[in-house]
Amino acid sequence: MTARPPVSGSLRNRLVLTLIGGAAVLTVLLFFTVRNYATQIAQQGQDNILGASAAAILDSASIRDGQIDVDIPYSAFSMLATPSDDCVFYAIYQDDVFLSGYKALVPERGASDRGGVYKTATFEGMEVRLVTVSRTLIGAEQRRQLHVVLAQTQDALSETLDQISRNAALLGVGFFSLAVLLSVWATSTTIGPLKRLADSVTRRGPQDLSPFAKPVPSEMVPLVSSLNSLMGRLDQSLGQSEDFIAEAAHRVRTPLATVRSYAEATLQRVDREENRNAVRSMIRAIDESSRAASQLLDHAMITFRADHLDRQTIDLGELVGELVTRLTPLAEMKDLELNLRAEKGVVCSGDPILIQNAVRNLIDNALKYSPSESSVDIVIAAEPRPHVCISDQGPGFPPDEVGKLAARFARGRNAEGTIGSGLGLTIAEDVATAHGGELTLSNLAGGGACVTLSF
Amino acid sequence: MRNFVLLILALLPLTGLAQPWEDQRVFNPSGTEGPVRILSSTDTTIFAPVLDQFLSRNPTVVIEYLVTGTADIDRRFRADPRAFDVVISSAMDLQLKLANDGLAWQLRNVSHPDWAQWRQSLFAFTSEPATIVINRQAFAGHPIPKSRQDLIQALRARPETFQGRVGTYDVRQSGLGYLFATQDARASETYWRLMEVMGSLDMRLYCCSGDMIDDLADGTIAVAYNVLGSYAEARVEDKDTIEIILPSDFPTTMMRTALVSANAPQPDLATSFVRHLITHRPQAGEDDFMLPALTPHDNGHDRAVIPLEPALLTFLDALKRRKFLAEWEDAVIQP
Repeated sequence: MTARPPVSGSLRNRLVLTLIGGAAVLTVLLFFTVRNYATQIAQQGQDNILGASAAAILDSASIRDGQIDVDIPYSAFSMLATPSDDCVFYAIYQDDVFLSGYKALVPERGASDRGGVYKTATFEGMEVRLVTVSRTLIGAEQRRQLHVVLAQTQDALSETLDQISRNAALLGVGFFSLAVLLSVWATSTTIGPLKRLADSVTRRGPQDLSPFAKPVPSEMVPLVSSLNSLMGRLDQSLGQSEDFIAEAAHRVRTPLATVRSYAEATLQRVDREENRNAVRSMIRAIDESSRAASQLLDHAMITFRADHLDRQTIDLGELVGELVTRLTPLAEMKDLELNLRAEKGVVCSGDPILIQNAVRNLIDNALKYSPSESSVDIVIAAEPRPHVCISDQGPGFPPDEVGKLAARFARGRNAEGTIGSGLGLTIAEDVATAHGGELTLSNLAGGGACVTLSF
Repeated sequence: MRNFVLLILALLPLTGLAQPWEDQRVFNPSGTEGPVRILSSTDTTIFAPVLDQFLSRNPTVVIEYLVTGTADIDRRFRADPRAFDVVISSAMDLQLKLANDGLAWQLRNVSHPDWAQWRQSLFAFTSEPATIVINRQAFAGHPIPKSRQDLIQALRARPETFQGRVGTYDVRQSGLGYLFATQDARASETYWRLMEVMGSLDMRLYCCSGDMIDDLADGTIAVAYNVLGSYAEARVEDKDTIEIILPSDFPTTMMRTALVSANAPQPDLATSFVRHLITHRPQAGEDDFMLPALTPHDNGHDRAVIPLEPALLTFLDALKRRKFLAEWEDAVIQP
């Protein structure tokens, strides 16, 4: 079990928060921009009407008989009608003398024939927009400056602004929600390849050290290429050590066979009992080494073949039957009986060499741990999954070690004194795993071990 | 005794200052709430049914109903806005100016058509056309005029009959007369020709519709121009002697309006009275309330009705009024 690496924040959260935060800022900006712009336009609209109305009043002025006459057109005030019924105030001044209207309205300085002066002010407790326009009237031997002040409350304007604000707020909310959806979508799209890479690393078999070939976004290329180069080095060094072990085992096995045949020959020639015993021990030690070497070879072979499984359809009964026939002389040497009970036509898909190797290791084990004059039962059945079950009448597995025995070089406590390398169960389990099956260890109720290899 | 005479002498100028009301009545004097002081241009007899109906629903309220001319209403109310609760007048322009000047209270949540209210503070509750009313006797054997043009011809045809027997509002005194005159002048030149013709016949000038109808009924005058049809209709006993003509060339229709004073001493009672006035109108024929109800015109496009809009302020401008009255006097008062 690998330790969980220390976590510092989350890319997804960081990305989502940044995008949403940006969207929120943009939304607020949008709201105020739209509102300000609309306010300006609405105010401009009111100003235009006020200006036109004031200009109409100004235009109606004339000097008649030396007296200023202002004939306010009906349309001047009519055009100021609004849906909110805004109040209208006006005042007409000649030079600085009040002529008519509301005396409390005072003209703003700065209005001339060229343009009016606009201002927002308070009149009689009401907020009003106020325009002052001015015109020079030229009569016989006199010049008169006429000022018209026109003011209107802003109820309709503020109602319009409220409406615009509501719409702008709605627009903002819509924009924001869309931005949130988009940022969540964008984030998962961005994070997606990373997650897919992690998944494909997780899904890989323990032996799979091949480089990642699927295309990845350019930002992930450095990560994937360093991952690939790391795995390449790992694969290489693993391969080297496997090769080394296989080579070493092979080199050891051949001279051992020679040594063993010499030892056998020597055993025939020596007569003294103590010498014979010494040679026998020698032969046993040689056997043990030779067996370990061949199991190491097996293991290396299995590791190699498991990566490139050569699947065929196999009749389990036939395969195991052949093996049993081959092993029967060995069993008889130990006064053991091999019983094979196979259902007809139990078929599975797998690599025959590997499966045979695994079953042979298991039968070897059973033969090794069985007492003399007992039997080893081999059962092949199709239900629930195709499986081979091998049971003996030996001491069984120490119950507390059942889980650990399949590890490399692990041996049971009660295995001392028996020749073995501790690789038999490992090989069987590796084969089972490579085929997607499993190896189950258990003890029989009446004593003896039972190993089930299922596919 | 001498002191008493002195006291009377001292008080005399005061009584002289306070102009008398045309009519002044207290309704439900035994009530406990109020009084609600209503300043109105509508004759008490015509308005009494509305007051009675309101009082039947609010039996504890005292109403003081004060009647005077439209121009006088404006003068009195502006002089002391705290003295009155409700102002009812037929002079729409003066009423609109009161509301424009912030003297009217804005009522919330009153559902009244847009064209019949202004700024939620001025509410119209009748629509009453200006009419020509004639004495049937004067037209016996002659065609009845149907329009202003017809009237001009009729007057020109028989000046001896109409000499000194035509009448209209004195627009200098009457707010409603001024409103009708300015709207007529705005609508057509015919108005000025009619005024010239009537002026040449030594026209009589009146302050109020009621006086004009009185003189029509007893034959003092034969033709009255711009009389409120509703007042004439109310004179059931004179139905045989007078005839009301709705001029067919262009009608001028006024809406009677009510407002609650912004400084009303009894704002709640005043508000509920105005609400009652505009929502609980007696059905036609059901009661003897004789003012015609608002004619529902869907979107205010009825050009006959003077719209409630700031343009009504135009003819109230001092310079404009001076100019209009000068023209009017030129036409009407002929040497």
